Amino acid sequence: MNVEHLVTMANQIGAFFSSQGTHEEAVAGIADHLKRFWEQRMLQTIGAFVNAGGDALKQSGLQQNVVEAVQQLVPPGR
Amino acid sequence: MASLNSLDYGTPARTSETLVTLEVDGVSVTVPSGTSVMRASIEAGSKVPKLCATDSLEPFGSCRLCLVEIEGRRGLPASCTTLVEPGMKVRTQTERLQNVRRGVMELYISDHPLDCLTCSANGDCELQDMAGVVGLREVRYGYDGANHLKSAKDTSNPYFTFDPSKCIVCSRCVRACEEVQGTFALTIDARGFASVVSPGQNGDFMDSECVSCGACVQACPTATLMEKSVIERGQAEHSHVTTCAYCGVGCSFRAEMKGTEVIRMVPNKDGRANHGHSCVKGRFAWGYATHKDRIKSPMIRKKITDPWQEVSWADAIAYTAAEFRRIQDKYGRDSVGGITSSRCTNEETYLVQKLIRAAFGNNNVDTCARVCHSPTGYGLKTTMGESAGTQDFDSVEQTDVMMVIGANPTDGHPVFASAMKRRLRAGAKLIVADPRVIDMVDGPHIHADYHLQLRPGTNVALVTSMAHVIASEGLLDEKFIAERCEPKPFETWRTFVLDPRNSPEAMESVTGVPAALVRGAARLYATGGNAAIYYGLGVTEHSQGSTTVMGIANLAMATGNIGRRGVGVNPLRGQNNVQGSCDMGSFPHEYPGYRHVSDAGTRALFESDWGVALSDEPGLRIPNMFEAAIDGTFKALYVQGEDIAQSDPNTQHVTAALTSLECLVVQDLFLCETAKFAHVFLPGSSFLEKDGTFTNAERRISRVRKVMPPLTGMADWEVTVALANALGYPMHYDSPSDIMDEIARLTPTFTGVSFAAIDEMGSIQWPCNPEAPLGTPIMHIDEFVRGKGKFVVTEFVPTEEKVNQRFPLILTTGRILSQYNVGAQTRRTANVAWHDEDRIEIHPQDAEDRGIREGDWVGISSRAGETVLRARVTERVQPGVVYTTFHFPESGANVITTDNSDWATNCPEYKVTAVQATLVSHPSEWQNRFKSFTKEQVRLVEQRKPVHAP
Repeated sequence: MNVEHLVTMANQIGAFFSSQGTHEEAVAGIADHLKRFWEQRMLQTIGAFVNAGGDALKQSGLQQNVVEAVQQLVPPGR
Repeated sequence: MASLNSLDYGTPARTSETLVTLEVDGVSVTVPSGTSVMRASIEAGSKVPKLCATDSLEPFGSCRLCLVEIEGRRGLPASCTTLVEPGMKVRTQTERLQNVRRGVMELYISDHPLDCLTCSANGDCELQDMAGVVGLREVRYGYDGANHLKSAKDTSNPYFTFDPSKCIVCSRCVRACEEVQGTFALTIDARGFASVVSPGQNGDFMDSECVSCGACVQACPTATLMEKSVIERGQAEHSHVTTCAYCGVGCSFRAEMKGTEVIRMVPNKDGRANHGHSCVKGRFAWGYATHKDRIKSPMIRKKITDPWQEVSWADAIAYTAAEFRRIQDKYGRDSVGGITSSRCTNEETYLVQKLIRAAFGNNNVDTCARVCHSPTGYGLKTTMGESAGTQDFDSVEQTDVMMVIGANPTDGHPVFASAMKRRLRAGAKLIVADPRVIDMVDGPHIHADYHLQLRPGTNVALVTSMAHVIASEGLLDEKFIAERCEPKPFETWRTFVLDPRNSPEAMESVTGVPAALVRGAARLYATGGNAAIYYGLGVTEHSQGSTTVMGIANLAMATGNIGRRGVGVNPLRGQNNVQGSCDMGSFPHEYPGYRHVSDAGTRALFESDWGVALSDEPGLRIPNMFEAAIDGTFKALYVQGEDIAQSDPNTQHVTAALTSLECLVVQDLFLCETAKFAHVFLPGSSFLEKDGTFTNAERRISRVRKVMPPLTGMADWEVTVALANALGYPMHYDSPSDIMDEIARLTPTFTGVSFAAIDEMGSIQWPCNPEAPLGTPIMHIDEFVRGKGKFVVTEFVPTEEKVNQRFPLILTTGRILSQYNVGAQTRRTANVAWHDEDRIEIHPQDAEDRGIREGDWVGISSRAGETVLRARVTERVQPGVVYTTFHFPESGANVITTDNSDWATNCPEYKVTAVQATLVSHPSEWQNRFKSFTKEQVRLVEQRKPVHAP
């Protein structure tokens, strides 16, 4: 799956949920949304990308609340 | 022309709590106050002669045939224009009335052709009937005087003929065009003997404003306005009631037949969605069902460059099953999936999602709602608890303020638009939020009180700023909110909308709409009485589509405009069964009835009934299927009745995905764009060959009845069943009725639905269950489906699709009345007479800046691709915005749309694409490739040979 597209989509989800409440509520909302609507390949792809970290992650512009949500769903090492 | 089996009561039915009892020819009859004497008489069993009266139109009183005698009244009043009164005593037949009526008929017949035996209306002509009823035996005026017998016929309309020589100038057609359709295309030109029905300014029908809805043909009592199919083929001898397969209005029609041949489609007076009205598509454009392009035999091929091989159904099904099993064995269970059709019936789409879940073993099922109203599902479920509109269509009769946002009802939902126009002419107010000057903004006798001509991509800003006005000016319905909505989300939302950054003044630079207009519109919506919002894809097909839907729900809840007639949130669903296809669980994350696949209780219910373990994880949406295909992990796709290669955005991305599949199965009527990439073609059936149900935009489940056997030899549902069995998952049903019984068993909102119940009630609006045994026209009456309504903060997030120097214009897309969706059906009918190509609408200033004139070829380029269309220079679009339709595959409208999509649902952002327009002199590269590819694929189909499958 194209990780750039996934980053764009995830950031859009992040932007919505960041307007809905506290940071914690946003992370929970994003995680719930991804779990309810994203297929495993999408979750695994973005999970691998987030867990790989590094410059690619930094330069991707992936929002912090999304990073945290993804790590809840695809913990490092999975 | 009266359709088979219908009684015409002469004047419309009235509703009143006051009843009036009178006597007609000695028979007592009780009717609602406001009923005409004519209607009361017919209900009492006395058929008063009439010519200018028909029960779809207001009384006119011109023909003077319906005169009656009323005790205590002087003269002979016209029964159509006289209202009943208590104790009235009416006589419909006396010697005096007989003589007057004969005299009237003598006058009519003195200027009428006497060619009954060769007339297309022979035996079905009200003039002929009245001549018989009054006992006409001679015409004392003779036939040598001035007459209209040599008047020229107007055959310009492809579907009906206007023969003025037979016209009795009853004005029914003129009145139908006004009252029923609302187009006002016809008039009576001149006066007295010279009076003649005139389309437009004495032109012909095709040159006039006529939209070919057929209302005039329906109303005409003679052969003056007559379907060409009746002229050519003769009159029908039996009929079946069925439901239109075009838009989400779901008009009820009588298919009038001779044997298995459709002679004409006549709108059903008893249809609850359309009340006897129709549009050009449903009324006349049904010929595609027997078009020569129909492919009737299954075909297979190994590669898309191979010629097709025509095979038997058994061989095609076996081959498909073998391929899907091979691919799943090689690439995994999740490497296959399917797309259900929003044109097929509820029963058919239910079976396809069942096939995918139970036989394929995954949740990779999706439907075309993905690209249209999926944000409606998300937004309304979140705020109100149900993924559907809140009202029935008739609710508009009690609406005082209509807000139409991102919809073009006169083109996309024409029959409902006529009902809207009727209400507007009766005094309702109108707010239109649209980047274009749609017909509703300024039409015959209707004019938008506010046209909020916003920039594409700014709906959330507009809707939120309207909410700011309502909240800051004390226009909230605090009582409704306190009783019906969750308090904490409301308080959070109120704080949010009150922020000055959400004011109309602050948002003016974003939306382009003057703040004063937004304030006026918001005040009107909040204080104008019953206010209803109608919206379409101009709301949903955006990166914030779901957010806008929630913003609309916020407005309705904030002002208490929910839970009764005349108000509500009304998504205008586009296709005949897109609502149904969603209801049937054609989503990767939801079972039928909108229950998440992770819900253990629901899953257990389906597992128990279906006899198989089901996946509890969401599957791939259509755009994700394309990504996974290009990635190499999604290798087979079963597409029933969808043309994703034409309808989905970023065509080149879609076709790249399709090309990467190892097995693409397409079930369709024709070699559609998607089928050109297929390895298996399973010929499908049109709505005329189906038994089942469709569900329209008002949640109305109506019957679709087979009027001819499937030309392919198998019903679409039987194909899915055969495929399931070939895959090793046993499926057996005796009929579509059995399938609906299973749906009802497993879906709480459908518990009371069955074919028998639909036949008894005519149609049923879900939910239909023990709590609502007669169905549910209006939802959320005492409480929301989720309990309390939930306000949601709608922060405006600009789209990623930005204009810049390279792409300075915004392209938005839409539809036109005469063509439908990808045009597969309507392009194969005479509707091409109105729209034979997609054009790019461009503002005169933008055109002048680029040296573009009307009709010039214009290259439209975006970040996704490039295509060429001819220009239509018009002020309907604002400067900076261009517009096109997508009905013709060669126009490549979706070559230029992008992968940007709604954050919640991936509904594509068709309505906002940054483009440049340039004067060109040749087609685009894509168009050249498309032409060659199409030519080759057509050759491969034409050269198909029957073989046995390997």
